[in-house]
Amino acid sequence: MASTTPLDVPPAPPETRSRPKSTGRAGDKVFLGLSRGSGILLLVIMASIAVFLSYRAYLALSENEGNFFSTFDWNPAGDPPVFGIAVLLFGTVISSIIAMVIAVPIAVGIALFISHYAPRKLAAPLAYVIDLLAAVPSIVYGIWGALVLVPYLEGLNLWLDQFFGWTYFFEKTEIGAARSLFTVGILLAIMILPIVTSVSREVFLQVPKMNEEAALALGATRWEVIRLSVLPFGRSGIISASMLGLGRALGETMAVATVLSPSFLISLHVLNPGGGTFAQNIAAKFGEANPLGRDALIASGLVLFILTLLVNGAARLIIARRKEYSGANA
Amino acid sequence: MTTTTDIQDNRPRISPEPAKGGLSSRALPRWSPIGFAVVAIALGVGISLAAGWHSRIQWGLISALLFLALSYVATTVVENQRQAKDRLATSIVWVCFLVAVVPLASLLWTTIVRGSERLDGYFLTHSMAGVLGPEHSGGVYHALIGTLEQVGIATVIAAPLGLLTAVYLVEYGKGALAKAVTFFVDVMTGIPSIVAGLFILSIMLMAGIEPSGLMGALALTILMIPVVVRSTEEMLKLVPNELREASLALGIPKWRTILKVVLPTAIGGITTGVMLAIARIAGETAPIMLLVFGSQLINGNPFEGAQSSLPFYIYEQYKVGEVASYDRAWAAALVLIAFVMILNLVARGIARWKAPKTGR
Repeated sequence: MASTTPLDVPPAPPETRSRPKSTGRAGDKVFLGLSRGSGILLLVIMASIAVFLSYRAYLALSENEGNFFSTFDWNPAGDPPVFGIAVLLFGTVISSIIAMVIAVPIAVGIALFISHYAPRKLAAPLAYVIDLLAAVPSIVYGIWGALVLVPYLEGLNLWLDQFFGWTYFFEKTEIGAARSLFTVGILLAIMILPIVTSVSREVFLQVPKMNEEAALALGATRWEVIRLSVLPFGRSGIISASMLGLGRALGETMAVATVLSPSFLISLHVLNPGGGTFAQNIAAKFGEANPLGRDALIASGLVLFILTLLVNGAARLIIARRKEYSGANA
Repeated sequence: MTTTTDIQDNRPRISPEPAKGGLSSRALPRWSPIGFAVVAIALGVGISLAAGWHSRIQWGLISALLFLALSYVATTVVENQRQAKDRLATSIVWVCFLVAVVPLASLLWTTIVRGSERLDGYFLTHSMAGVLGPEHSGGVYHALIGTLEQVGIATVIAAPLGLLTAVYLVEYGKGALAKAVTFFVDVMTGIPSIVAGLFILSIMLMAGIEPSGLMGALALTILMIPVVVRSTEEMLKLVPNELREASLALGIPKWRTILKVVLPTAIGGITTGVMLAIARIAGETAPIMLLVFGSQLINGNPFEGAQSSLPFYIYEQYKVGEVASYDRAWAAALVLIAFVMILNLVARGIARWKAPKTGR
């Protein structure tokens, strides 16, 4: 092993310049500078993302004749140029909410399955299978969603319309393929499942064993153990895991761009084709955008950036707070 | 009398069937869940066929609901309410897992079956130059070159930066700066890829730079750095402090200790992290679409002119909307998934093989 280089070897090692009797102080300074510098560079990148996007967004907004937050139209090439994010914000939030409603309970179930129910030898391979879901590129989810999932969902959509049409949400008033916000939500749910599962699983494995054993000793069934000791302990972990998943769902581009048939309408009938999300709109409109159009898309990207920043930041803060608290317990 | 009980096995030993109360209480046989499942699936298929539903999703949902109801009712009747709730929870958790596996299986199956129709030597070695959408020819060569070059450049920039940042956080980091870096690395992990693309785009618009593979690579770099930092940090934390102290006690300066002792010990895990990060960015489409523009021709120079990339190629072929182009899209998807999965498997293999020996 070359880990212990004698210090008195006359030819200096290649990393240092020829410096007799070096104590390595200069090397230390250089190395500290390099590593601290790259840390600072990260902060600079984050700051410049905010600054550059804001500047281009400012250029676009100063030419916008419509209201950026309430206009139901995206026409920066028009005369006068008009564009607004109302529909995009609505579509992004609705599809993400649908994804969360589907994904979080299932993900918690899978996490419990892996941590408490699965046969022990199977637990690790099963966790790996779920992680594989995360490795599939989003564009592949996109074409799978558009070419396989959409046809399969048509029957389910009719069914939902038939039996749950009275809820207003599931009333399908327009005929068309299932290229709706609901389908997007289902696809996003599949995509965020792995991250929500893996974070929740970590938390469930940290539950103090004494609590579980105490419950078992009192004669609790396995479900009662989970309800009385695992879920209360893991609640904040589940919340932050869901928010991390939400952050993913908000920014997903390609899967939405391939599945959704976009329109600039706000409708709570989630089974109707139409609607749009920030990322999908950028992907769809970028090719034909004029200079102002590009800046307008950058402005909508800035809103998306702030949205994901808030969600992810909040999730991380919850996790960090929990760590301190659980450290005291361990 | 003081007895210290040392529990070696932390996981509570739950027998698969919890205690059934007294000896006199009745219990369902062990095979009952399988029995319920068989009956539920048979009933579900029967009902669906009778109602004439075509979508298999409905078949599955009906069967799953029947299974839950059946096991709950049967357990309530034969055993008691508490056992019934326990069995219901067990069933729900199993159903959750199966529900998650179905899409993965369907996705992999479809990609392999549809992709292998077009995937051959010709497909891998030809570009799309002069090929029209409906024609059954053309290939993915130009996109392969684009992906390899863009991902290569991104790795060359992001891996050292991420490594150094992780070294800073683990070996030097104290105080406000380290806290800020840690927090923003976490937040940066969540940046949507399209926002990273827009950031580089706004720089390009201001500096008047034309689209090229390099610009796409820069956006990929932003996405890759936090992943590398996070995984490297975890690995460096696993290196036992005794090794550092032994080296420092011999009078080795800190930077040489890090280079010669700490990094070599963790190199397996670091390699794994970098490879997983590569696998992640290789599938990114959005930044490529904004910054590299896509091209049908072979362009081996990432610093000038439009290029293509595998994920972008898939999107492009999907948008053409012809039978032949769908075939090309699936074949390219198979190439991409194979690339990503192989990277994943090799990375995990390296992690297992080179796992740092933490002692004990």
